[in-house]
Amino acid sequence: MTSAETDKPETKPQSTSPSISSLRNIIFRYGSLLFLILLLGGLSVASPSFRTPTNLVNVALQTSVLVIVGMGQAYTMMTAGIDLSVGSVIALSGAVAAGLAAQPANLPAGTYGGQGVAPVLAIAIALGVGALVGALNGVLYVRGGIPPFVATLATLAIARGLTLVYTGGYVIPATDPVLTFLGAGQMGPLPVPVIAMIILFGVLWFILTQTRFGLHVRAIGGNAETTRLAGVRTNRVIVGTYVLSGLMAAIGGTILMGRLNSAQPNVAVGFELDAIAAPVIGGVSLFGGVGTMTGTVIGAFIMGTLSNGMNLLGTDPYLQQVIKGVVFMLAVAWDFYSKRKR
Amino acid sequence: MSEFFLSMEHISKSFPGVRALDDAMLQARPGEVHALVGENGAGKSTLMKILTGALAKDAGVIRLNGSEVLISDPAGALALGISMIHQELNLIPYLDVGQNIFLGREPLRSGGRIDWNALYAHTQAQLDLMQIDLDSHATVGHLSIAQQQMVEIAKALSRQARLIAMDEPTSSLTERETARLFDLIRSLKSQGVTIIYISHRLEEIFDIADTVTVLRDGKWVGTYPVREVTSADLVQKMVGREVEDLFKKEAAARQNIVLQAKNVSSAGFLHDISFDLYRGEILGLAGLVGSGRTTLARTLFGAEAIERGEIWIEGKRVRIDSPQDAIRCGIGLVPEDRKEQSLFLNMAVADNITMSALPKLSTAGLIDFRRLRRVAREYVDTLDIRTPSLTQRIRNLSGGNQQKVAISRWLTLNPHILIMDEPTRGIDVGAKAEIHALMSQLAKQGMGILMISSELPEILGVSDRILVMREGRIAAEFTREQATQEKIMLAATGTQH
Repeated sequence: MTSAETDKPETKPQSTSPSISSLRNIIFRYGSLLFLILLLGGLSVASPSFRTPTNLVNVALQTSVLVIVGMGQAYTMMTAGIDLSVGSVIALSGAVAAGLAAQPANLPAGTYGGQGVAPVLAIAIALGVGALVGALNGVLYVRGGIPPFVATLATLAIARGLTLVYTGGYVIPATDPVLTFLGAGQMGPLPVPVIAMIILFGVLWFILTQTRFGLHVRAIGGNAETTRLAGVRTNRVIVGTYVLSGLMAAIGGTILMGRLNSAQPNVAVGFELDAIAAPVIGGVSLFGGVGTMTGTVIGAFIMGTLSNGMNLLGTDPYLQQVIKGVVFMLAVAWDFYSKRKR
Repeated sequence: MSEFFLSMEHISKSFPGVRALDDAMLQARPGEVHALVGENGAGKSTLMKILTGALAKDAGVIRLNGSEVLISDPAGALALGISMIHQELNLIPYLDVGQNIFLGREPLRSGGRIDWNALYAHTQAQLDLMQIDLDSHATVGHLSIAQQQMVEIAKALSRQARLIAMDEPTSSLTERETARLFDLIRSLKSQGVTIIYISHRLEEIFDIADTVTVLRDGKWVGTYPVREVTSADLVQKMVGREVEDLFKKEAAARQNIVLQAKNVSSAGFLHDISFDLYRGEILGLAGLVGSGRTTLARTLFGAEAIERGEIWIEGKRVRIDSPQDAIRCGIGLVPEDRKEQSLFLNMAVADNITMSALPKLSTAGLIDFRRLRRVAREYVDTLDIRTPSLTQRIRNLSGGNQQKVAISRWLTLNPHILIMDEPTRGIDVGAKAEIHALMSQLAKQGMGILMISSELPEILGVSDRILVMREGRIAAEFTREQATQEKIMLAATGTQH
């Protein structure tokens, strides 16, 4: 058989291809990282208070929830799905944790909270609620045939509504140090949310790159039918991604509750935009099949650094919304553009 | 053990309105390359879908090595060692070669981690065994079609496939890639793998196949050792269909040229297409699926970019860059796919008829609904469209009546040229004749009609003149008197006499 001479150069690893296409590959692969470095560099020059170690830890702290929720979101997006319910799940899980743990005496009338449950158990239940909403999202999709965009839009409304019903619309204080440990704790020089972010990054990176589940997530986004015909139980995998996304949102919710020392029913309204923007900016494709955890973290930090920097530079908060929207729009346009190139 | 590795006997399958397979048979010996040939719609794909579990058969028996097997889904077929390489490859573009080959069967280490070393080692071993020089880490989306096909075959073999069905595997391969594929097929054969080989390219069958089975209209025509038949024999067996007296168009008096294509080309699809279409004639465009007929139709209509060449209409050169340009030049296109490209399925019959005429039916942007209904009523009456009312949703009409509505929409614009892509596909015999009569009537009124059809009896019965396309070129032209099914088929498959 004649084989060697028909082998095309593009089958070799990317690094050996000619310089123009490798430059394009570098931009495709590391574009968001370069952008983050430029952003950090630019802000360090523009604002002396930005480059202080305290502020950099602060950026990490402020971005931690977005990183955690964005990584869960990235899993659903890699199956070519989406999870719009994350902002509401953040609010619901915070409310459940704080409400269950609260003593009735400390609560205004009209809330259903105040069960006086042990803080650790309250947090566990809150995380369970997040996973449950995720499971509902997944089942509505794979069993009910409702597209994820619509299914999770419905649970966005349901979870937010349940939060308002449960809290009666009131802020529920959370003062117990165990209850607020995830959000407000400190271990050595690092705040606990930053540590949680690092650990969860390790876990989700491992799942994505080293397990069947992770590989099948990307396979489903590439071609769901082929994956099913290869004997993969694709429905389980898809539901799994929504459970994961719900769980990550709930972890984000308990962190936020701890940082605010209270559960606020209107927290994280509109957070789904950030949680979708972070992975997309980091190279996770809205069409599925493509994405990394590292990219998602970079995307989240671009969003986080941008807000932190704009705050320090005194940018009008209303204008900040516009700028974030534009950055997201450019990332989506890039995704569509590179999809056509691929 | 039986003589045959695979034996499909008395297989029948019906779809609403069509008998796709009628007592069909396919018997292949172990380690042979068995070609399966037939015209478009002869039932080859349906038979393969039944074999690979994608469709359930209505009747018949499938035996492997003499014992009956039940194949209820694709997983069941795979478990029996039956794999299919589709024309549209089934790979995940973003994953690499190893990940694709072992998808769903990844080797695991303790603790649930994928054993990547083992996965790539197995992949490399499989590729080495097939003597394919491919990097097991290469992303599949970056590979050529030929290389992706090799990955598919490696995937099938790594699942211990004993029978591989290939559907038009060479349709997008170069000559050299085809030669490599054939080398690989020969080596598979020597390892005892049975290959079912579907191809329109008859010369390939004489290159690679041992045995050939011919299907026609869902029926088994015969199975022959390749050595004992010629391609002319095969073509004759493939087409031996009776030209039913569906419709005989009366000969048209040739008038002036209405449309002229000069060297029309588009990247990779159309090569130097030149022809004239006369006023008052029906020009049949025959050819196999994939020969470029639909691309030509869409290019003339401005839906696909024209790369080189000229289009002349009534003696004037025109530029057609979009469907709007084409419509302005008096060209209409009735596409093949009524549901996707031709009709507004959830809208009323009246709306479907008048959609293109709305500018004429409105003043200052407001639609004159009384006129709209009158126009719609006119077409329903003259074309004898059978519908309970003008407000009936078009999806509830029969195929023939839907097609009449699609044609009426063009008639509201008075086109000089109508391109019709498979105008009677999926339409029952009675309605077919009505559509043919309508086409003939329109031609008589001076329209030039270009009709694409895969049904040779339709081409022969309706056309004044016939063009045959093959691989993006006009392969032959016949007058109505010269043309026979054999001549058209020989030209379409590129077979010499």
